[in-house]
Amino acid sequence: MSFQLDTNRLRDAVVELIRMASTQLPEDVIQAMATGRDREDEGSPAKSVLNFMLRNAEEAKKNSTPICQDTGTNIHYITIPVGVSMRAVQQTIIEATRIATEKAYLRPNAVDSVTGKNTGDNTGEMAPYFHFEEWDEPAIKIQLALKGGGSENVSAQYKLPDNRLNAGRNLEGVYKCIIDTVNSAQGLGCAPGVIGIGIGGDRASGMLIAKKQLFRLMTDTNSDEKLAELETRLYDDLNTLGIGPMGFGGKTTVLGVKVGAAHRLPASFFVSIAYMCWADRRHTMTFTETEVTYD
Amino acid sequence: MINLQLPVTEDQIRTLKIGDEVSLTGTIVTGRDAAHVWMIDEKPDEVRDLLTGTVIYHCGPVVSKKDGEWIFVAAGPTTSIREEPYQGDVMKEYGLRAVMGKGGMGEKTLAALKEHGGVYLHAVGGAATIQAQSVKKVLDVIKLEEFGVPEAMWVIEVEDFRAVVTMDSHGNSIHKTIKEKSTQIAEKLIHS
Repeated sequence: MSFQLDTNRLRDAVVELIRMASTQLPEDVIQAMATGRDREDEGSPAKSVLNFMLRNAEEAKKNSTPICQDTGTNIHYITIPVGVSMRAVQQTIIEATRIATEKAYLRPNAVDSVTGKNTGDNTGEMAPYFHFEEWDEPAIKIQLALKGGGSENVSAQYKLPDNRLNAGRNLEGVYKCIIDTVNSAQGLGCAPGVIGIGIGGDRASGMLIAKKQLFRLMTDTNSDEKLAELETRLYDDLNTLGIGPMGFGGKTTVLGVKVGAAHRLPASFFVSIAYMCWADRRHTMTFTETEVTYD
Repeated sequence: MINLQLPVTEDQIRTLKIGDEVSLTGTIVTGRDAAHVWMIDEKPDEVRDLLTGTVIYHCGPVVSKKDGEWIFVAAGPTTSIREEPYQGDVMKEYGLRAVMGKGGMGEKTLAALKEHGGVYLHAVGGAATIQAQSVKKVLDVIKLEEFGVPEAMWVIEVEDFRAVVTMDSHGNSIHKTIKEKSTQIAEKLIHS
């Protein structure tokens, strides 16, 4: 039995997904921020800034207004059943994006790089952004992240070996790149950040893997023992840098560190780092022929 | 928490130091790239009274219009360093007492804060809903047609608008000291 796609139903479901992503901070991110807040010193700017961020998240959810005025790039990771048209799903999401912009869940954020003109509806070349995979489940799964410009501007990519950092082609070299990126970013990516890392791949697929890590729960553990160890070490060490929320100083510089890896060419060793702001806006929707569920 | 009723005097501003948390109440004005270039190139008099003794806010708001009145929907700070070439001169020309945005500013602005008597206020990035709630009324908008919504100068009345002093009038910058300290730690982690 092939999956019967009702595009009107899918369009409405995606508008709701966008609304949730823009206005509701995921529960695990809220928990990670609360943990950070609780360990900051009484009366410190770090503590009060984290409280302010948490209060903003509550108000945004209550009023259904954007957590941040920069509603970012819409990044979709989509998994479809065998036989469903990618093109139909893509067109439907584009339509939903236009509606969500009209409803002010999104700020018009797609600017023509040649003419400088804003399309006004968040659609254009590579906007929104799609990545498709196929699976055997009778459902369409859409993971949506809204990634703001400030955090994208401090994201980075390294090519190992790196002489400046004395970083070789191994996990120790990867570790050095991440310390360097987070220190260079200071508060500008809207710290405390969530750090998605892609080891290997080419320049494009490495960043794809890095961004995909941002969908992992703050609380999960990497199934690869060595990467799990690297994640814990980086989380602990990055939080000793003292940059703190918005760069005002403090113990909470990152909320989570998530590492993925891909095969690489013998000649290349890229480390791709996707810095996500504390307003880590991402939600997942599962859409079957009869029901829609959101995480 | 230090309550600042705007406009403020130079003496009041000089008592502030980095790390102080402030709550702003009164009239402030938004301004980004286009506004700063305009103020440097043409030195318009129409904004003089509005800016004297108050705060310029680096913010490109999301606005809506209801019953003929403008409303701020989302109003978080934008990255301030883009105004570094102009900010110190604009501050002195118009008698501003504070600059508000995010990410901090450089040496030129820090020197102007010291010489003229001003502070840099850091608003929390990504907290746009609460910040818009602190905007009680839009009093006026300047250069809307020419600059567009994000770049226009919005004259707004705020109540209990929160920010942290991260650069003061005594030559101190949190951004500078935090970066120096964190870079020392990072160097140790990288090269040990």
